[in-house]
Amino acid sequence: MTADLFDKFQPTIDAYNSLPADASNPFTVKMDKVFSQTEAEIDGQRIILCGTNNYMGMTFDPDAMAAAHEAIDSFGTGTTGSRVLNGTYRGHRELEDELTDFFGMDHAMVFSTGYLANLGILSTLVGRDDYIIIDADSHASIYDACAMGQANVVRFRHNDAADLAKRLARLPDDAGKLVVVEGVYSMLGDEAPLKEIAEATKAGGAMLAVDEAHSMGFCGKTGAGVTQAMGLEDMVDFIIGTFSKSVGTVGGFCVSNHPKFEVLRLVCRPYMFTASLPPSVVASAKSAIHTLKYGDNLRGALWDNSRRLHSGLKDAGFKLGTEKAESPITAVCLPDAQLTAQFWSHLLAEGIYVNMAIPPATPQGLNLLRCSVCASHTSDQIDKIIAAFKTVAEKLNVDLSGTLRDAAAE
Amino acid sequence: MTNEEIRNSIMTLIGPFNKKGIELTPETTFAVDLDLDSLTVMDLVAAIEDEFDIIIPLNLLPDLETIQQVTDAVEKIAKAS
Repeated sequence: MTADLFDKFQPTIDAYNSLPADASNPFTVKMDKVFSQTEAEIDGQRIILCGTNNYMGMTFDPDAMAAAHEAIDSFGTGTTGSRVLNGTYRGHRELEDELTDFFGMDHAMVFSTGYLANLGILSTLVGRDDYIIIDADSHASIYDACAMGQANVVRFRHNDAADLAKRLARLPDDAGKLVVVEGVYSMLGDEAPLKEIAEATKAGGAMLAVDEAHSMGFCGKTGAGVTQAMGLEDMVDFIIGTFSKSVGTVGGFCVSNHPKFEVLRLVCRPYMFTASLPPSVVASAKSAIHTLKYGDNLRGALWDNSRRLHSGLKDAGFKLGTEKAESPITAVCLPDAQLTAQFWSHLLAEGIYVNMAIPPATPQGLNLLRCSVCASHTSDQIDKIIAAFKTVAEKLNVDLSGTLRDAAAE
Repeated sequence: MTNEEIRNSIMTLIGPFNKKGIELTPETTFAVDLDLDSLTVMDLVAAIEDEFDIIIPLNLLPDLETIQQVTDAVEKIAKAS
């Protein structure tokens, strides 16, 4: 008899099949055309995109697109190799120089995705007798780095600097310690109390890594993240990030002032044992990062849009992940997965795409409709998004505090 | 603290997490008997850490299935620290 290796996935298959059959499926949505940063076509319908992480609208930036075209004409479609073999082109080095300038740090390493940047940096930095101390709500890539590494893994309560201090005090004085937090947490869009976290980290004799994936580009005076916004450049040892959000393409990176940082290129397996980014991606990333720092300041437009959406949904009575707009992410909390899936599907029918996020991908077992706005959204688009939420809540007879008004309503 | 005292104190901490109200024995398992999901386990671990002023590294958890196994681990960690 052969045991079926797929038996262990039966609970997942059952949960997936229990989603409403009449509704379109959030896990199989397909964009047939993408008209701009904010509009696409799905099933023949023109849709406003409000769940793309494309915060600064760089996916259609004319300079970034021109740079990508030029790179593909000069260097071809791919490098077909690792960064440590044939996969480092001139562009990869120039991109790393652009990053050191953007963050004001001495060293930069570019990875093929943001996931690989976290996986590589974190799993390599901490060894067998070291400690990695992570926020409980950390992204999967941080948890996976912990699973891949050899270090002792310690978790502290989400955004709780006092709890971090307490746990650091219990660790051996002479052990290597790395604290890992995110500038902005992707699901609820809440910002880290980074000053208090950094102070607790230094008092506890640890190094600090900050994942600025959801804060790069619009937090801080020149967009260098929560670290810059709070003036903590001297206390943060490593900034990790991605090109797949504000930079508008794909890839990941880490920057640092540590004098021995460059050795990581020789010991970090997720850097060495995968192909490097293609020239076109590298060129558009470099152009977009330059524009984020030196180009027209779109940060004000993004924050205006963020506040407009947040306050519009809050005024409509929805239960949100944060009290005020701490980031371009606004998460609407609904009572259960079924209703969330239904609500999502009705929003799409109204011409609005948002992200559906349900446990185990969410903190505290929350069921979320996660909205993320773009600097290029018009106020009119934001108002249409708010109106669609109201319409669907009315249609599904959802109590705006997030519970069903009448269980028999469906 | 003796092994039994540690175990009793852990059983007290489990109280609020014992939603099904089952009888706790040294052999009670967290995942199956208590039906705790991974996030709830994390909260319980934090409570145990605070009670004994220790750290239970996350990477130890897969080997700790029963109340007695956690008791022995806590005793060992508390002695070492």
